[in-house]
Amino acid sequence: MRSTFLETLLEEARKDERIYLITPDLGYGVLESFGQEFPNRFINAGIAEQNAIGMAAGLALNGKVPYVYSIIPFVVSRPYEQIKVDVAYMNTNVRLVGVGAGFSYGPAGATHHSLDDLALMRALPNMTVTAPGSLNETEDLVRYSVHHKGPMYIRLAKRGEPRYDYKIEIGKMAKVLEGKDFALIATSNMLEDAYQTAKMYQEEGKSPLLLSAHTLKPFDKETILQLLRRNMPIITLEEHNIIGGLASAVSEAIALSSLGAHFFPIAVADVFSHVVGSQKHIKEHLGLGNLKQRIDGFLKTI
Amino acid sequence: MSLADIKKSILSMAAYSKASHVGSALSVADILYVIYGKVAHITPQNVSSLDRDKVILSKGHASTALYATLAEFGLLPREYLDAYYIDGGKLPGHLDKEASCAIDASSGSLGHGLSLGLGMALAKPQYQVFVVLGDGECEEGSVWEGVMLASALKVKNLTAVVDANNLQGFCHTNDIMPLSHLADKFKAFGWETYTADGHNLSQLETLLKQPAQGPKAIIARTIKGHGVSFMENQLKWHYKSPNPEELTQACAEIDIKE
Repeated sequence: MRSTFLETLLEEARKDERIYLITPDLGYGVLESFGQEFPNRFINAGIAEQNAIGMAAGLALNGKVPYVYSIIPFVVSRPYEQIKVDVAYMNTNVRLVGVGAGFSYGPAGATHHSLDDLALMRALPNMTVTAPGSLNETEDLVRYSVHHKGPMYIRLAKRGEPRYDYKIEIGKMAKVLEGKDFALIATSNMLEDAYQTAKMYQEEGKSPLLLSAHTLKPFDKETILQLLRRNMPIITLEEHNIIGGLASAVSEAIALSSLGAHFFPIAVADVFSHVVGSQKHIKEHLGLGNLKQRIDGFLKTI
Repeated sequence: MSLADIKKSILSMAAYSKASHVGSALSVADILYVIYGKVAHITPQNVSSLDRDKVILSKGHASTALYATLAEFGLLPREYLDAYYIDGGKLPGHLDKEASCAIDASSGSLGHGLSLGLGMALAKPQYQVFVVLGDGECEEGSVWEGVMLASALKVKNLTAVVDANNLQGFCHTNDIMPLSHLADKFKAFGWETYTADGHNLSQLETLLKQPAQGPKAIIARTIKGHGVSFMENQLKWHYKSPNPEELTQACAEIDIKE
């Protein structure tokens, strides 16, 4: 997904001279080609995230479209107040590109995990919050982001995510698999897990609807309302704290709908990971494994 | 309007709004007057364009000095000065870019302006960018992140002016952090650095206009509350606003001085 991001950005940068790429010294082995092709539009800002964000906002205030790229905690949490004041408050065309959604950097430890970024970004006025779950979504979002007015956050995963065959529209959930029995709504790197789970249900003759919530803000409340009107059970899947991410966005839509819901959020409980191991290993220990079994359990209660 | 009018506007805004930071505004008023009046090319004709010099008041709590200066040079409607800090007003206590196209950056949280200025300078190398900071503000780590990178990138159109009045929230800046050698610090980071009397208009003008081969810093030694005898170097005027008698006396002193 990182390479897809960079390749797409390179293509856009060849057409649009406003595009800059800034890194606080992360992305070794990924970003070099941009720097080689556009030395004047690639800035290694050093290990200094606050300044990197402020500088990006300054570039944007003078007409540029800067992308700031780093591992999520270092492009979201570390310079958060710069994002609030320089990026969101001044409504600048800065793009924050965070790599390593959820437990992507599993064995590196909790400093490198990202379980709060969607919550932090959603709480900022003017900020558009996106989290592609596949390569095609990444391409569409990067292309869209070049011309978007105002700031935008793009949450990237890190592995070789799948590519599906559909086009996306910002702010509108993408239909990945048609179905009518219940709805799986996944975001970011849980889309692949949800897809595999949905396929298992299909093999059993069931008909799950799989939606990708690639845009967390503005949030597609209309699709949630349609599911509620059809009385479809809703299961959300995200590699993020249960507070403030996809489960919260769906809960808010349900709560304001005055319609009842069968709702099962699959997310990380409000804990830091002290589990050592791979992304897969941590997910299994922190409530993101055995998806089919858990969803079966929920569906039985209806 | 004149420099005296700017300073009287600052005093009057502090008085009617009962807001803090009148001392901070008087400390930086001469610097802003020289930048807008003598150095930066910003006019009512080009103010709404991106293609012009930029000025960032990073110590956003001295906002009244900027507001009054902008009004002086026809860049902000004069009546906005009567709508500061009050219900339904136009101008908040700390800078909001949306209030006017003449305000080049929102500020109020310290340590943001230099990074913003660096980005603006990189985006448009043909225009000058001036960033005005406080000396206390230089305790923010982000300032030095920006100082380092501006030097590494050899940015030639970026000037930082430090309003060094040696007073901050609790007491003298030097009693909290060893900032008396600010010029040495900027120099050590590779900036072309000058020290000036921050109330000597011609000296400020000369240094601001001096061409530079890299980023330039001017450490302007200033007096908090400058021009009003009972406010000068008094920490309490970081917080207090003048009552009617104090306002009258202060304005009379400004008229005699300017």
